[in-house]
Amino acid sequence: MKTDHLMTRESMEKGRALMVSLQDACQAIGSTILRLFEACGRLVIFMGHAVVNVFLPPFFPRLIVRQLVDIGYYSLPVVGMTALFTGMVLALQSYTGFTRFNAESAVAGVVVLSMTRELAPVLAGLMVAGRVGASIAAEIGTMRVTEQIDALSTLSVNPFKYLIAPRILAGTLTLPCLVLLGDIIGVFGGYMVSIYSLGFSPGRYLTQTWDILETMDVISGLVKAGAFGLIVALMGCYHGYNSQRGAQGVGAATTNAVVSSSILILIFNFILTQVFFS
Amino acid sequence: MTALVKLQLCGVRKAFGKKKVLQGVDLVIPQGKSMVVIGGSGTGKSVMIKCVLGLIHPDEGSILVDGQETVGLDFRGRDRMMKKFGMLFQGAALFDSMKVWENVAFALVNGRGMDRKDAYGVAVEKLKAVGLEEAVAHLYPAELSGGMQKRVGLARAIATNPEIIFFDEPTTGLDPIMADVINDLIVASTKDLGATTLSITHDMASVRKIADYVAMIYEGRIIWTGAVDDLDHSGNPYVDQFIHGRAEGPISFGVSAA
Repeated sequence: MKTDHLMTRESMEKGRALMVSLQDACQAIGSTILRLFEACGRLVIFMGHAVVNVFLPPFFPRLIVRQLVDIGYYSLPVVGMTALFTGMVLALQSYTGFTRFNAESAVAGVVVLSMTRELAPVLAGLMVAGRVGASIAAEIGTMRVTEQIDALSTLSVNPFKYLIAPRILAGTLTLPCLVLLGDIIGVFGGYMVSIYSLGFSPGRYLTQTWDILETMDVISGLVKAGAFGLIVALMGCYHGYNSQRGAQGVGAATTNAVVSSSILILIFNFILTQVFFS
Repeated sequence: MTALVKLQLCGVRKAFGKKKVLQGVDLVIPQGKSMVVIGGSGTGKSVMIKCVLGLIHPDEGSILVDGQETVGLDFRGRDRMMKKFGMLFQGAALFDSMKVWENVAFALVNGRGMDRKDAYGVAVEKLKAVGLEEAVAHLYPAELSGGMQKRVGLARAIATNPEIIFFDEPTTGLDPIMADVINDLIVASTKDLGATTLSITHDMASVRKIADYVAMIYEGRIIWTGAVDDLDHSGNPYVDQFIHGRAEGPISFGVSAA
């Protein structure tokens, strides 16, 4: 009788402990989801604020030009090299695969469509995320922790207009230009390999490239590039602006800016591909 | 304090999560006078000043400038209000991508649309007012010593001839002589402008030099206010302990050897 009573008590305690563990697990999952929604909400509000300030005066043309140069012009070597070697590798790999099916003539088409639709915008976006997104987050983050952003406000200058809007505008405008150049350089890389290494006829290669390419292929890539430029600049600004805790906070902001913009680029690449080509 | 009130805080409260930083701050600053708020680290001095500047939104309470409520001001109202303010930050907070004169003239060029040439002239004039030569105008902040950065920060704070100037620990990190120079510059420049000032500091030498009135903040509340001449016989044990820098007394800093 006494043993039964002890066993019942023990099993009740075990059940209670299990319930508490389950509650803790549910609480942890719930709070993570709530934090995620909170972060998304903050990001959307930040984006709205940033985009509105792009269109509202006062404007800072000197800063916009400086950002166009920083984000666009100085990213040109990185994007150009990436596009060139991607186009070259693409020609080599597709030739290796297509010779098995006697479909070598498809190499030119594969190179131009892959470059314009996918590779140039995505790779340019990722390279710019690494170069520019990190730099924006580090610069604005340092300004945050050294009170320079607070100083802007006390000097009657809206930090969103002065810091965020020029970068958002420059990112959105310059990435399509970089991608257009990347398209040309990538196709040129494929052309060089095909002509000088794989023995293609120059005239025929160019004809095949031109015949298969449609306006929509280029436009879709440029629209993607605009979206990716916005993402890179936005994530750099957002993480930098909300940077905390000194040098460690700035380091975390930089990492978060690059990681989040890279992931968002891949997600939005899928969404935009669905919109354009499904 | 019967003079016209320039700045008034009533029951200002601010919490960050569970941490209550300001727990009902009441403070009155007469026009043209210098109020210095003293208190230990983490007592809410910086948060209080940031609430007045609109950089942090208080949870409760009222902040009146010239009798006008500033809590909950819209963007334009806040912009108008900011034009009355100047601020010297603890670390000077100079823009390191700009030359010294561009820092000083920043609000004139970007906030008020002044021509860059005219703004340069004003910047040089303000730099001279804080004891810096024109040659310094063309240097970058990273090329200056801490004391010179503070002077440039002061020149930037007074560049627009503000009505109210805030000083956040203006002498922290400076040697005693440079601290005294900065104190003298603060007194001279604010007297010239006829500005009302609100400063926060730990530095008692600074307090005695720049203050007309002193307030002590402890645990998020103002626990004593009076004229600077009354500081040494305040009758408040917290103030006595703080101004004499004694480890023993009613103020506990909660330091433990973990």
